[in-house]
Amino acid sequence: MNHHPLISELKNILPAESVLHDREDVRPFECDGLSVYRRLPMVVVLPETVEEVLRIVRLCHEHKVPIVARGAGTGLSGGALPLEEGVLLSLAKFKRIINIDAENAMATVEPGVRNLAISEAAARYGLYYAPDPSSQIACTIGGNVAENSGGVHCLKYGLTVHNILMLKVVTMEGELLTIGSQTLDTPGYDLLALMTGSEGMLGIIVEVTVKLLPRPERAQVVLAAFDDVARAGEAVGAIIAAGIIPAGLEMMDRLAIRAAEDFVHAGYPVDAEAILLCELDGTHAEVSEYIMAVRKILTDNGATEVRTAADEAERQLFWKGRKSAFPAVGRISPDYYCMDGTIPRRQLPRVLQQINNWSAEYELPVANVFHAGDGNLHPLILFDANKQGELERTEEFGRRILELCVEVGGSITGEHGVGMEKIDQMCTQFGNAELHQFHAIKAAFDPAGLLNPGKAVPTLHRCAEFGAMHIHHGKLPHADLERF
Amino acid sequence: MNDLSMSLQQQVMQAIGNRTPLCITAGGSKAFLGHDTEGMAIDVNAHRGIIEYDPRELVLTARSGTPLEDIENTLAASGQMLAFEPPHFGNTATLGGTIACGLSGPRRPYSGSARDFVLGCKMLNGKGEIASFGGQVMKNVAGYDVSRLLAGSRGTLGILLEISLKVLPKPAASVTISRECSQTDAIIAMSELLSKPYPVDAACYDGERVHLRISGSEQAVSETRKKIPGETLPDADTFWQGLREHELSFFHRPGTLYRIAVKPSTRPLHLNGQWLLDWGGAQRWLYSDEDMQTIRHQVELSGGHVAVFRGGKNETQLPAPLFALHHRLKTSFDPGNIFNRSLLYATL
Repeated sequence: MNHHPLISELKNILPAESVLHDREDVRPFECDGLSVYRRLPMVVVLPETVEEVLRIVRLCHEHKVPIVARGAGTGLSGGALPLEEGVLLSLAKFKRIINIDAENAMATVEPGVRNLAISEAAARYGLYYAPDPSSQIACTIGGNVAENSGGVHCLKYGLTVHNILMLKVVTMEGELLTIGSQTLDTPGYDLLALMTGSEGMLGIIVEVTVKLLPRPERAQVVLAAFDDVARAGEAVGAIIAAGIIPAGLEMMDRLAIRAAEDFVHAGYPVDAEAILLCELDGTHAEVSEYIMAVRKILTDNGATEVRTAADEAERQLFWKGRKSAFPAVGRISPDYYCMDGTIPRRQLPRVLQQINNWSAEYELPVANVFHAGDGNLHPLILFDANKQGELERTEEFGRRILELCVEVGGSITGEHGVGMEKIDQMCTQFGNAELHQFHAIKAAFDPAGLLNPGKAVPTLHRCAEFGAMHIHHGKLPHADLERF
Repeated sequence: MNDLSMSLQQQVMQAIGNRTPLCITAGGSKAFLGHDTEGMAIDVNAHRGIIEYDPRELVLTARSGTPLEDIENTLAASGQMLAFEPPHFGNTATLGGTIACGLSGPRRPYSGSARDFVLGCKMLNGKGEIASFGGQVMKNVAGYDVSRLLAGSRGTLGILLEISLKVLPKPAASVTISRECSQTDAIIAMSELLSKPYPVDAACYDGERVHLRISGSEQAVSETRKKIPGETLPDADTFWQGLREHELSFFHRPGTLYRIAVKPSTRPLHLNGQWLLDWGGAQRWLYSDEDMQTIRHQVELSGGHVAVFRGGKNETQLPAPLFALHHRLKTSFDPGNIFNRSLLYATL
């Protein structure tokens, strides 16, 4: 078998067990959490030090071979999908917690450290790392930065971009850059914001310094049932209008409630059209005060039932139902497709109504799980990949949902990223000027275009072709672009 | 309500055609920041108006020339605020200048910076194109985060036309606890609070006393008040307002004012002069006669950075690879280098 000359050069600079290129060895890296896209990489490298990453990058740059960086591979948009002619660079061996600086409430870790492991290590100081994507047991901080991961506590505590201070980044040209600092701002452009959520397109993250927060004295959750989804949406607005920012504010619709209840027996009211879970945290007295206020608002807004978790065990159980919603839906359908759009909250009734109409039209059931506080909607389309044409119908349905999100003033992705999956929908959300700018930013960091090429930002030609297939409201997007 | 996008776009197109550098101005309240810039003035001041504000969505969108005061008054009428407490530095401050300068007030360490609250923007780039990034929603990871990159970029990448911000409810109650102590004790006290679950939202040492502001629900404030020693500061709002706007008597002195950013627990720096510590010790103000080199050396030893804020010239530099990246980024937005030339760095 003829190997690319790069492979033997990689073996010269890395231990033998850190360079994988046999088919069976690279198979585990063929996809990330979005397994409908699979591809075998030419070679997988597992460096252990920054120096090794620098050498790999320089070699690849010299050979003009592209690199896809990968953390835990839990991403849901195909961002870590390998390239057949490329190197897959796994940061799995970067597992050290370098330092926890309790005095300054920050932690410096390697990118392969799991999200939850940071909070576990900080717990002895009364501190934790706030962003908590539902994959937090498995996902790593490097991937969180690359995707700007969220979680259920974003409304109050922000996204990854609000909770990191400094990165060390290896560029495709083999430079090690320090971006941000341990102080609250840094001279020059805010490259930290630009790197966060850049999906492995601009640099390889080799160290992350995160901000830690004091663990609140108390957290309590209120569960409310509604016989109408729109009314539940109204109640969310009313809580916020009352000046209360809940730590978490989640909504589930009937199908999601039933699936979750059958799975974990959280005690959810299965006859409800929607439930809200509202978590309040803070000092003891503050939480008590807010619970009273929230219960009243929920009742005033037509909740058919309002329950406060009786104890910590019940609070955990209420959350378990919500956090198990995806696998719960997985139990009632051979396959499901998880969407990730955001909308201004007031548009919820309109969007859900339209999703229901399409659900009937495509004959595909949908369960809705909603980060109601911040407008991030996760419709789960239920389908069976073994039935001919059903995956294609599902994908078309999903596309229409994302286009609707853009139309009502939202976004095609709230937290899962664009990756491979939503690259065509980028053409719906952005016009030529924006896409040009994204490509120019990419070129400023990676002039040779070797980092994760083909992801996150579509070429203008791809958009032109996509637009030709999808004429939106009779209006041709990118009308000013030449077509061949 | 005045939308001047088209006129601004024409002016930019003309400047590109003539290769005339442009100097973006609006209220002029922060003109003292940064290097001198050359170029013909392009005035954004009349491009104003709140485009959308729905208190229930916690989002406000306004044109860049909108007076900051108008925005704050509108928010206050619904019990909301800009949680990063932007300094105005004069009554002509606009939203665009506030975001372009990226300055944040005393609340910054506890609630986030100006850029943290930016959700999206519409801008005019150096090719004369109008482009929109981000949006009006809290979570949005489509495309690179250009709107937050523009925060603090001082107009060197383009002209901000519209900005969407996340806004927050004003706390129901607030109290400031104050006690006399040394700078070292103040630093220790402020940094210990970082791991305590108290609703502290501002912390400052004025040279004699440490001031800790606690804000939140009535219950949270009264409960926490009992746990922190010290006297209640009367007329606390005036104090914090004075700090935010540099109107305290500390700031009424001649000489060069340095802004020093360090890790909050950094012990007192051995530099002569008058000190005021804000941001829980993370932002330190110094009036000093020491030369810049001595100051920079001391600050960098502790992992921080320093810049002249008022009354002097800056000669800041970035490491070469980072500066090269700044250059390429600037070119990617503004290929003809027409916007605010040399404002951020002499050679950018």
